[in-house]
Amino acid sequence: MNFSTKFPINFLFSVLFLLAVTYPSFGQHENHETTHSEASSDEHHEGDICAHAGHHEGDFDPASTAFHHIGNPNVYSIGPFNFPLPCILYTPGEGLEIFSSGKFEFDFQGHGEGHKAYKGYVLDAGTVRKVIDPSFPREQVEIGGVAQMGEDYFVCYGGHPYALEARSTMDGGLFGGGRTSFYDFSLTKNVVSMFLVFAFLTWVFFTVAKSYREREGKAPKGLQSFMEPMFLFIQDEVAKPFLGEKYAKYQPFLMALFFFILGLNLFGQIPFFGGSNVTGNLAFTMAVALFTFFVVNFNGKKDYWKHVLWMPGVPAAIKAVIITPVEILGLFIKPFTLMLRLFANITAGHIVVLSFIGLIFIFGNSGASIGGASLGAVVSVPLTIFMMSIELLVAFIQAFVFTILTASYIGAAIEEHHH
Amino acid sequence: MIFLSDFSVIKPEFGLFFWSCIIFALFWIIVGRFAFRPIAEALKKREDDIQSALDESVRTREEMAKMKAENEALLAQAREERSRMLKEAKETSDGIIKEAREGAKNEAHKILQQAKSEIENQKKQAITEVKNQAGLLAIDLTERLLKEELKDKDQQKKLVNNLINDLNLS
Repeated sequence: MNFSTKFPINFLFSVLFLLAVTYPSFGQHENHETTHSEASSDEHHEGDICAHAGHHEGDFDPASTAFHHIGNPNVYSIGPFNFPLPCILYTPGEGLEIFSSGKFEFDFQGHGEGHKAYKGYVLDAGTVRKVIDPSFPREQVEIGGVAQMGEDYFVCYGGHPYALEARSTMDGGLFGGGRTSFYDFSLTKNVVSMFLVFAFLTWVFFTVAKSYREREGKAPKGLQSFMEPMFLFIQDEVAKPFLGEKYAKYQPFLMALFFFILGLNLFGQIPFFGGSNVTGNLAFTMAVALFTFFVVNFNGKKDYWKHVLWMPGVPAAIKAVIITPVEILGLFIKPFTLMLRLFANITAGHIVVLSFIGLIFIFGNSGASIGGASLGAVVSVPLTIFMMSIELLVAFIQAFVFTILTASYIGAAIEEHHH
Repeated sequence: MIFLSDFSVIKPEFGLFFWSCIIFALFWIIVGRFAFRPIAEALKKREDDIQSALDESVRTREEMAKMKAENEALLAQAREERSRMLKEAKETSDGIIKEAREGAKNEAHKILQQAKSEIENQKKQAITEVKNQAGLLAIDLTERLLKEELKDKDQQKKLVNNLINDLNLS
């Protein structure tokens, strides 16, 4: 993996980790280090990998804990408890597999480590991975745990390690993780969270719409009067100023963006409810940014495309060399920044909160020192409360920023210039 | 960069992307069509209603002011009318009283005159009657006296002499 392909991500991380690093050893992956060094020295002893497999206990590792909690596992974890979710896995050439992640027989209280393999898939830290070797048994079999060596994962079955594919991603293994040959369409924690928020918001807005129908000509009341200021705020401060006369056509899209992002932001902050990090996941922000991209460009008027492709009033040479390439890049950079901004803000918030909570375990020396843990709690609780209050604000701000920027892009696309 | 491989959130999963698209599209279509649009329309309608109600109230207030001014003018006119009527009535009544007084005075005067002339007439009549009565009485008395006086011849002669004397004298 060369440095240049990782550059934007690296940069992003520097920012994230400046916020997140509160302890000198944060970011060091103890398990990786040890496994890696042993494996590299004794690579011919394959059994050694399996000797360490399943040993995820030991020193508290804040980094992997944080990543585990902001991830998108195939189990719904509330605190230390895990609930099974449906797995929908598709491998080209092999077909579709639909089963519950309960088939992996993970511990109810734990980190989502599956004790069994099923149909050639295993569950590691809540994530479904596929065994590469086609000779691996397809039925439900007992496994000895999953081990990690560098960036590669192995499952121990019958004392032998079998290499695992990385989680299916859209980057084609560009940012590490290796090749993947299957697609995970499972109803993961984030998908289930999305469905819950979707159902809740649908109920809320249908109720509000009903109130408007039934209480016509009367003052708003209850839920209706709670939602109305937000609705009017987006309508009067976002839709009307940027879109002008034709705001009504795009208003449902802006409202859907604002309330769906806000709902998911807030859902991820409910304590003891899983803390789903949906809006802090690139796949989600990419999907929403893509909607913005299509809505903006499908509604672009002649003037908009003229300004993008051949800016009037600028010398031809400058247009050809600078303006047009920059404008065309800008078409893609705009939704790309939307995607990164939302993702980075929400993820950063989750990581900082998790880091503060991690302080308790670091000070307590992973449970060995009660005094240290108490001190950690005294330090960490006010910091966490502070951070969560900030995050509440960020939830609104980021939903608003996403919406207002989308409105400004649409506004620029549908504007009719009169030269 | 070892921990990067664990940082699953930066590696967008196709499955989550797929579901995000579907759920967001559903949200946009269903809630947009059946909730956001009706809400926006209801708000627009209410806004228009409030605006028209405000306009209406302004117009009503103007109308009220106009009506009040009209009323005031009417009232002033009525007051003026009343005072004029009062004045007229007073004048009329004064005139009537004066006329009545005058009439009464004239009447009284006339009655007085009439009474006076009546009294005069009566007086004249009475005097005439008294005169007549006195004449009759005098004749009667004279008759009786003459009868008494002329009973003997001496007496008659003496009387005639006296009368002749009186006649001579006058």
